Amino acid sequence: MKIHLPNSAFLGNIDSFLRGFDPSSPDSLEITANDKWISVHPVVLSMIAALGLTIQPGNVRCQRLQAKSKHYVVRMGLFKMLNVLSDISVVEHEPAGRFIPITQIRTSDQLTTFITDMIPLLHLESEQAKTIGYIVSELARNVLEHAQAEHGALLCAQYYKKSNSIRIGIADTGVGIKTTINQSYPAETDLEAIRLALMPGITGTTRREGGTEQNAGAGLFFVKSIASVNRDFFVIYSGSGFYKLLKKPATKRLRLSADPFDDRHSKEESLPFWKGTVVGVDITLDQTEEFSLLLSAIRKTYSTAVRDRQKARYKHARFI
Amino acid sequence: MKRISVFDQAGAFAENKDTARDIRLRDIIPALENREDVVLDFERVDAATQSFIHALISDVLRKYGSEVLERMAFKSCNDTIKQIINIVVDYMQDGLGTDTEE
Repeated sequence: MKIHLPNSAFLGNIDSFLRGFDPSSPDSLEITANDKWISVHPVVLSMIAALGLTIQPGNVRCQRLQAKSKHYVVRMGLFKMLNVLSDISVVEHEPAGRFIPITQIRTSDQLTTFITDMIPLLHLESEQAKTIGYIVSELARNVLEHAQAEHGALLCAQYYKKSNSIRIGIADTGVGIKTTINQSYPAETDLEAIRLALMPGITGTTRREGGTEQNAGAGLFFVKSIASVNRDFFVIYSGSGFYKLLKKPATKRLRLSADPFDDRHSKEESLPFWKGTVVGVDITLDQTEEFSLLLSAIRKTYSTAVRDRQKARYKHARFI
Repeated sequence: MKRISVFDQAGAFAENKDTARDIRLRDIIPALENREDVVLDFERVDAATQSFIHALISDVLRKYGSEVLERMAFKSCNDTIKQIINIVVDYMQDGLGTDTEE
């Protein structure tokens, strides 16, 4: 496999980075990088860490980084996670208020401990901390419960002062969304599976309305809704499918959609195959809506979606 | 009446679904089976995820029907937690009676 750390890869322009990923030869990983500057979304680092864990450490080759910003990659713990020696020395500062280095989560209790420790590190206001904790919990639990990923969830996050935003990336190398959704729904493509996974009340664990006792099929819909209401980016990539919730213009009236294709979005059906699932989300903190207001909108959209699905199953009178 | 402190088992941020399942199986359902009323006390719980609330009460609603809400109360919930409980209660009731797997 080959992956290139580019000059810039954030959710707005991540498409070209993903198109450059080469998943062939899955027994080795070659990491190359832009020589001048590397500025990437945390999701890029989560992806590389997730790939690296599937490879024997001796089969991970990383080009010597030249870029001035190379310390960032080290500080986020990429080389440590990959077990690759780096000759870049960094002065380690207390991370409080700035970033969450790449972290591997493999169990439910690890996740609970991680969230408890993470929230004070980010030094957020109470409402903002709830939102970020909520997103991390739902995304990581999805991996633990559905991905069957040997190496669990790889996640990291970074606070960006200029935009006053938190960017979160989480990646796994599990079975991918299509395999999970196909246990209950006949999605023919990865993109169709992503579409279903983002709808409220759709889960791979059952077709029963209301889900199972442990799964409702609402986690991704909630996370996408949080990003939507805050006018932020949200991307999901699994198999060859890719969906990106685009930023909404500030002037446009906000409306939550049960069908992600009704939101302002872009999508791809034939990206290089990612065995597993990747999710990236940006949360602009000064736009964070009161969480309870967001939930009112979710409640309405959710109920409408469930009733629409029930109506779709109604039998119709036969007129002869 | 059985009072169950969510904070004591799940902490201030209630997100661990395994804990929610344990509360449901060890505390809520045995109490209901014993014909006791149940109070789920959210005192000191700042936030809960929808997944946690779902794992806590969805199966109770499915097993006992919406009438169980007359025997189960939610105490000291902040606005956010109230909203999440309402979402789960709504969609579970919307789904009751359509339990067939297709």
